[in-house]
Amino acid sequence: MSDLTLWMSALLAAAMLVSAVLSIVTARLPLAILSAGAVSLFASILFMLLGAPDVAMTEAAIGSGLTTFLFFFVLGRVGGNRHG
Amino acid sequence: MVKRATALLLMVALGLLFATIAFDHRPDTELNRTALYYAENTAKDIGAQNIVTAIVVTYRGLDTLGEVTVLFLTAAIVGLILAAGRPGERGSFPPSGELLHTGSRLLAPLILLAGVYVFVNGHLTPGGGFQGGAILASAALLLLLTDPLHRFGNRLIRLVESLSGVAYVVAGLFGLVLAGGFLDNRFLPLGEFGALFSAGGIPVIYTLIGLKVGAEFASMLSSLSRTEKH
Amino acid sequence: MITISLFTGFLLVLAGLYGALTNRNILRMIVSFTIADAGVNLVLIAVGAMPGRKAPILDAAVPVAEAARRIIDPLPQALVLTAIVIGLGVTALMLAYAYRLHASRGSLDISKFTELKW
Repeated sequence: MSDLTLWMSALLAAAMLVSAVLSIVTARLPLAILSAGAVSLFASILFMLLGAPDVAMTEAAIGSGLTTFLFFFVLGRVGGNRHG
Repeated sequence: MVKRATALLLMVALGLLFATIAFDHRPDTELNRTALYYAENTAKDIGAQNIVTAIVVTYRGLDTLGEVTVLFLTAAIVGLILAAGRPGERGSFPPSGELLHTGSRLLAPLILLAGVYVFVNGHLTPGGGFQGGAILASAALLLLLTDPLHRFGNRLIRLVESLSGVAYVVAGLFGLVLAGGFLDNRFLPLGEFGALFSAGGIPVIYTLIGLKVGAEFASMLSSLSRTEKH
Repeated sequence: MITISLFTGFLLVLAGLYGALTNRNILRMIVSFTIADAGVNLVLIAVGAMPGRKAPILDAAVPVAEAARRIIDPLPQALVLTAIVIGLGVTALMLAYAYRLHASRGSLDISKFTELKW
């Protein structure tokens, strides 16, 4: 484990935690959904560093791609802005 | 704010529990017995380069069949819930424009090709049926976004979904009759290690899983998009 | 790297559960659940990871004869692969129910649904 991957994983972990907290505390629902997608995206890079490329591909395609789209489909139908 | 305080208290308790686990964790330096078996015998028994694929498709193939079934049930329930109370006729949308149309027509076959590449090479490189299926579904999503009124082959999706599901079980039965057991991949010759047509039935089974998963996701997306607009 | 991932995963689980417990909008609860989901997957992968080893793919970098000394335990990865796909199914199901609730009651605020209270 080299120094570079250590710093990269620390940076990714910090980005994930910031995105997660942002997603939970923000008042705007679209921002919350996008931050949750960003958590998945950073997680997929971390999976790559941990030696799990299969899981990284799955998380990028399914966890961060399709899930975010499903949320926006439903958000467009229910109009989430009224409820904060 | 009793509720928030209770939630915080619960989080602190859970956090202490997690902290004891995390601080005690020492990464293994040797593979355990199950992993050692997979590492030593996959190349000889299954013939797949990607050990994760060998586990998902063959060693734990029955789990994957169950997983695909759960996914099918989910898609069916989502369709059922959203079908109730759907209006017969919808208002018209403004046309999406020439550029978007041509672009999506150009891109969709390429995305489909990328998805097929991912699941056909599942036994050699990272990737496989689930990732490739998600990529196929994203092509369907692109078509759905550019032209919401054009109901691109719902019948086609249903046909692909049921045919690939049946073919998956039939491939499993081939393994039962011609090889060692249900979902055994050795009903086809193992071939040369590392070639595209190798690892027995794994490319066939993973292609079927990919088509099935792609059709499930696409039917989920299209039943969500067919709900009415406010 | 493994320790960092492990702690991040546990913190994500905690953050997701806290969000699911304290938010009152159903859609926001579902978003929080997906964050906890990503955290659980990260913990599983980090527990399975081993320092200084390669991904379980037997190509030119990892010859078959040396596989037992060079690769990471593949079983947690297969497990997490399943968990991610099923996670999307669960999320889609929750979203469909949320949509139906909104269609029949006109609201997503969980404190408006009082029939199940006791």
